[in-house]
Amino acid sequence: MRRFTRDHLTAVLMLLPSLIFLAIFVYGFIGQTVYFSLTDWGRDPAQALAVRPERAFVGFDNYVRLFTGLLESRFRQDLVNLVFFTVFFIGGSLGLGLALAMLLDRGVAGEAFFRTVFLYPFALSFVVTGTVWRWMLQPQGGVNLLPTYLGLPPGEFEWITSRQQVWRFDWNLVPSITALLVAAVLLAIGWRAWRDLRRGRAVSFLTVGIALGAWALAGGPGVELLPFPERHGFNLALIGIVVAAVWQMSGYTMALYLASLRGIPEELREAARVDGASGFQVYRHVVFPLLGPITLSAMIILGHISLKIFDLVWSMAGPDLATTSVPALLMYIRAFRANQFADGAAIAVVLLLIVATVIVPYLWTSLRGEVRR
Amino acid sequence: MRRLLAILIAAGMTLAAANTVEIFSWWAGDEGPALEALIEGFEAANPDLTIDNVTVTGGAGVVAKAVLKTRMLGGDPPDSFQAHIGKELIDTWVIADRMEDLTFLFEEEGWLDVFPPDLIDLISTSEGIWSVPVNIHRSNVMWYVPAKLEEWGISAPETWEEFLVVCPAIQAQGVTPLALAENWTVQHLWESIALAALGPDDYDRLWTGELAFNDPKSVAAFELMNDVLACANADAAGLSWQQATDRVVDGEAAFNVMGDWAAGYMFTTLGLEPGTGFGWAPAPGTDGIFMVLSDSFGLPLGAPNREGAIEWLRYIGSLEGTDTFNPIKGAIAPRTDTDLGKYNAYLQSAAADFASDRQVGSLAHGTVANENFMSTFAQVMEILLDTGNAQAAANAAQALALQTGVGR
Amino acid sequence: MSAALRRLRWSPRWLTYLVLLLAAFFFLGPVYLVVVTALKEPAAIRLSTAWHLPETWHWQSFAVAWDAFALGLRNSLVLAVTATVISALLGSLNGYVLSKWRFPGANIVFPLMLFGMFIPYQSVLIPLFTFLRDIGLYGGLGGLILTHVVYGLPITTLIFRNFYAEIPDEMLEAGKIDGAGFFGLYARIVFPLSISGFVVVIIWQFTQIWNEFLFAVTLTRRSSAPITVALAQLAGGEAVRWNLPMAGAILAAVPTLIIYIILGRYFIKGLLAGSVKG
Repeated sequence: MRRFTRDHLTAVLMLLPSLIFLAIFVYGFIGQTVYFSLTDWGRDPAQALAVRPERAFVGFDNYVRLFTGLLESRFRQDLVNLVFFTVFFIGGSLGLGLALAMLLDRGVAGEAFFRTVFLYPFALSFVVTGTVWRWMLQPQGGVNLLPTYLGLPPGEFEWITSRQQVWRFDWNLVPSITALLVAAVLLAIGWRAWRDLRRGRAVSFLTVGIALGAWALAGGPGVELLPFPERHGFNLALIGIVVAAVWQMSGYTMALYLASLRGIPEELREAARVDGASGFQVYRHVVFPLLGPITLSAMIILGHISLKIFDLVWSMAGPDLATTSVPALLMYIRAFRANQFADGAAIAVVLLLIVATVIVPYLWTSLRGEVRR
Repeated sequence: MRRLLAILIAAGMTLAAANTVEIFSWWAGDEGPALEALIEGFEAANPDLTIDNVTVTGGAGVVAKAVLKTRMLGGDPPDSFQAHIGKELIDTWVIADRMEDLTFLFEEEGWLDVFPPDLIDLISTSEGIWSVPVNIHRSNVMWYVPAKLEEWGISAPETWEEFLVVCPAIQAQGVTPLALAENWTVQHLWESIALAALGPDDYDRLWTGELAFNDPKSVAAFELMNDVLACANADAAGLSWQQATDRVVDGEAAFNVMGDWAAGYMFTTLGLEPGTGFGWAPAPGTDGIFMVLSDSFGLPLGAPNREGAIEWLRYIGSLEGTDTFNPIKGAIAPRTDTDLGKYNAYLQSAAADFASDRQVGSLAHGTVANENFMSTFAQVMEILLDTGNAQAAANAAQALALQTGVGR
Repeated sequence: MSAALRRLRWSPRWLTYLVLLLAAFFFLGPVYLVVVTALKEPAAIRLSTAWHLPETWHWQSFAVAWDAFALGLRNSLVLAVTATVISALLGSLNGYVLSKWRFPGANIVFPLMLFGMFIPYQSVLIPLFTFLRDIGLYGGLGGLILTHVVYGLPITTLIFRNFYAEIPDEMLEAGKIDGAGFFGLYARIVFPLSISGFVVVIIWQFTQIWNEFLFAVTLTRRSSAPITVALAQLAGGEAVRWNLPMAGAILAAVPTLIIYIILGRYFIKGLLAGSVKG
């Protein structure tokens, strides 16, 4: 440990203002939001717009209502929308980005042109993208007309105005489904630990995983969040939003992948080829494994964009189209239009928790790795 | 660059000028001309005042309300803003102590004698009178094009049962029986259907809390709504109300239930002649009933240019202001001493109906229910659209009524 | 058989180009549609002929859109430039401290700072709104600038910290021996070396702030609303006539596109820095 000099003190003092601001603007405000979410702020119209509102503490009432209240089915569908949107958006952006990067990596003429074309949407605002794609996806125009230029009948899909819903499930099954998914993750971790011969760790993960899975199958279906079945599912209207989002972000993943591919030493691939690997096998066994870290980084970036998605939906579908709505949008509407601030705060906290479960482990592992290094 | 500079200077001057009155509304685009005419008249009458006309588009003010409320909460009120009379004004703004009492203005101008007492009741509490109504709209109107109906061999249905009978026949000709638009228009349709199913007395009792939303009578209204929705266009969610009206005008749809601002749109914007270019009838089953809504402007506490705002309110409540605005807007005048000669055929018939019909208040436009109920009622409509289950929607509506204190 | 031949067999060259061209069409199609729609007369815009070229070129939409958006563009420019410069300078200082003046607890402070970059801003929006109102900064550009500076600190700090980690400690040690202190080292050694770091951060922050919508719509009154808010309000209403939103979208997109086209190389560097480890 080096000596702590006066210059060190200056350094800390220079950092301090930033730290204080972040402490207030991030942690202080989050704390306040959590507090608001435990009050009844906005339930009574008189206090909603009052200059100095009186707030009463109501505990977890707002959360209970969001997840089990008769009238909050929009919030629940918004959560379901968010899950589907995230999965398809990340999958689409990674898939398209990787495909484009692999094509460009083969050394094509006009690479700079293609790179620019694929990446430029990333420089745009989601509001611009949304405005543009709203016009592209008009049911009787835009994309739906393209087949006619090939002599085919026009597309019939209603895009963002579609009300079709597929893969429907009962909201009451959500605890079971969640438990099953968590159990699957735990079992996978346990299995890897077992393989790595870390038996103690493996046993504890496997035990908890099996217990949770058993509960999900046996006890879970008995849990009743709502007194009646409530169907949720994948709204096909979201497809249009996903297409626009992938259009905007896949150039970004392309750039990340291309940089990583270029970073892989040619000798590695050459060695594999000498061993008789085909082009595909080179990718399968040499290249893809090396893309793991950048894929994780991209997933984190895309994931947190996806969980916050708000402006794209607003400008494509408007703030009131329930079929394409997401929690971030609902939070804004509830807090700043209906002035039900407590409900808005509760939705925000749910969002934060979702983001934190993804981000905190990521920050933890990547920074811990860095310190070790 | 010079141009940018000029605009910047102009913008700077607008901000600096004390004699600017900032008015906030959601009347832009096709609803803009009436407001512009009103502003022109005002500026001619008050040469030392200019209006800064802030409009935020979006049907029925759904977007504008978010912007306005954020500004009010932020302590940055406009000088005057648009609000629907009734619960929306009283239970949102007055109850939160955000408005200034305008009784003095009503007394100075003698308005207590020229505005109908029922209307004044809707803008008053025991503490005062809180806004100046500028128009009266009717919500329960069904629009069509007479020539097209003739071509298809149908007539405007007098009841929803009749409508449901002709619905398949219209569909068979490749025409949408009922044009519907984004989700507030679904609420708008619901109030007409509920009025038809319940009759005016029971409809009123919904809002006093005497009739439950899950009473079998009310459930029947949701069931009727369900049947009617089956006759509407599938892509409703992506359309503005004007686009739904366009479908009727273009002959792609037979009917459209919309407030009579649609007459203003067809008359002023599309240039159609009332009676021949477009026809109207009371929404099925609501003959003899006038479902009222009205836009008004109020004076928020803390308005930066209070004096200017009062002059604005004085003008829009005057006979001149009223008769400048309403013939273009497609609304009838809130004053009883208006000159009917300035109004078109539709508006004259509406004025006659207003005088003779039984009046009830609109839900979708804030007359009978507070905003919490109104905004969450969209969720009830979602449940109905999603599940087609009238009982579930009715139960949700009743839960909402209890939660938001309807009739309290 | 040579490796090149193998490659060729696995996927023929022309197929590569075909796929790339199809992809290029996917990415450029919207641009084409936007431009032709913006240049059509309002009355000539029909859904069924959306892809046709305009029959008469109607440039007036841009003049109208310019009138509608000039104020928004100006606000965005003031906002993005100011907030970018401040957050870049602060980020540079922070990065310098965190990479070269490690102090006890730095390992805890840094991740706590970084977390601020990932939070959904909805989770701070209500308190932020009331806070700015209470200190009198609601509605104007000042409050929005402050907001963007603070929430920009984590990413700028991160990029600079990673950037400065590449500067060998020996260089600083040499400077110390010459008697330079905290500021001397920064001014003489670190800052001159960080020009390309600044370029990356400035590009990143400028585009982020220019494109941002949530804070802008919540925290500004109309006279200080940035371009994204103006565009959303124009396009979000009864967009019966599409030429204006399209012309507006072009105006809103041009500044970041120019930056991107001129400084694209740095942009990609910025992207890589955006992931925690890069």
